[in-house]
Amino acid sequence: MNHEILEKNVGLMILFIIIAISFGTLVELVPLMIERQTNEPAEGLEPIAALPLEGRDIYIREGCNNCHSQMVRTLRSDVERFGHYSTANELVYNHPHLWGSKRTGPDLARVGGRYSDDWHRLHFYNPRDVVPESNMPAYPWLFERELSGEHTAAKMEALRAVGVPYTDEDIATAAEKVAGKTEIDALIAYIQQLGLLYPRS
Amino acid sequence: MSGFSNAWIIILTVVTIVLLVWLSFATRKIKNPRDDNTTGHVYDGIVEEDNPLPAWWFSMFMLTIVFGVGYLLVYPGLGNYKGMLNWTSVDQLERSQQQVADSFQASIQQFSGMSIEEMAGNDKANSMGRRLFTTNCSVCHGREGQGGFGFPNLADSEWQWGGSIDQIMHSIVKGRQAVMAPWAQVLGAENLPKVVTYVRHIAGLEPDADAATVEAGKQQFSTYCVACHGPDATGNPVFGAPSLVDDVWLYGNSRAEIQVSISAGRNGQMPAHEELLSQDKINLIAAYVLSLSSDKPAAAIDEG
Repeated sequence: MNHEILEKNVGLMILFIIIAISFGTLVELVPLMIERQTNEPAEGLEPIAALPLEGRDIYIREGCNNCHSQMVRTLRSDVERFGHYSTANELVYNHPHLWGSKRTGPDLARVGGRYSDDWHRLHFYNPRDVVPESNMPAYPWLFERELSGEHTAAKMEALRAVGVPYTDEDIATAAEKVAGKTEIDALIAYIQQLGLLYPRS
Repeated sequence: MSGFSNAWIIILTVVTIVLLVWLSFATRKIKNPRDDNTTGHVYDGIVEEDNPLPAWWFSMFMLTIVFGVGYLLVYPGLGNYKGMLNWTSVDQLERSQQQVADSFQASIQQFSGMSIEEMAGNDKANSMGRRLFTTNCSVCHGREGQGGFGFPNLADSEWQWGGSIDQIMHSIVKGRQAVMAPWAQVLGAENLPKVVTYVRHIAGLEPDADAATVEAGKQQFSTYCVACHGPDATGNPVFGAPSLVDDVWLYGNSRAEIQVSISAGRNGQMPAHEELLSQDKINLIAAYVLSLSSDKPAAAIDEG
């Protein structure tokens, strides 16, 4: 083959470049999209309730995932500190996933139940009050803002459209479960249900 | 993995490697039809020579391919093929966990047969316990076990849930949930400050309080508070109801703080650690916690 043809036809060259670089993607991604192991929910896995769902959106809004991963690796140091390594099938309802990659703070994949709600309140209000050497920012505004719950049902419907099995009842009662709660209530509800499916030691 | 995924990965990977090798050799052999060894491009008098890839470059590329093939033979990568080493990340994790568990067991061997009290008096057990405490407990109870607002001081001699070995062990293993109900509705705006006065009076904080107010507060206290805090207000470790007549105040002893505690309630929670820590580690921590308070009189610690 004469590569002069390729070099002098930009459209053809783009096509061949796409084919060349798509091999790796196709090999890695296609099996993940169709395999049972990565798509079937773990036994006992439930979609998260209305209040934690709102908390999850606050987690995303405040950029918690920029400093905290939610992915316990199969490394002894990780498992010893955070609990059982993360598995794909416990995260199938996460849209988008919040694995993160920058580990400035501790991993949060299994932080649920590890500290009391009161501790989380103090810590979010000013992390230095409970962990003097902490460099996490304070989030005092979460204590003032109230949630109306007006979009909660719509969020659940959107998630249902991509395969999260919310029932009609979940969606119908979503707004009332959220209305009047503060953002900190929602965020702590989210934090406290993280990773409870697997043993943490 | 399903048969399709398996075949998909193996075929695409192998075909890609073969194609890369073929492409590298095939393009190397192409002869330049021009005899001046240029591509024929001329721009502003500059010509482009047409040399093959340098040999060192070409052989480095081939080496990476050889490495890749070797890697795929030794480690898992080609679909369900497990690789010659039978390596898995979980297996590697479990082996390193076993290694550390063995060395941990070896280092706590010296404490076998010791009671928790004996361990509390043992320097080695305490230094291990201290490290475990720093990692797992200090976030709430402080580095020295000194506690904080809402988190009990473990270095004094007052115990909200009891200071016996069994009680400390229960606190760590099963956790604790305090339930001080909100009393604002029940007491009403009129009685609430009177109860605050009474509580501060018996604690010695308001010795000169108005006698009638104290008496009115005492009546309310006798009706609603004695069930948990006891008629003499010394508390009850079964419910985690603290003594109100000592110097230890988990949520502060100012009028404002006590008023909030009574009107809104307090629900201090110690999370259960049975899932988080092994029994051996819990023993070390319990012994360390015991050692924190064993030799200290109550008065000496409250200042810290």
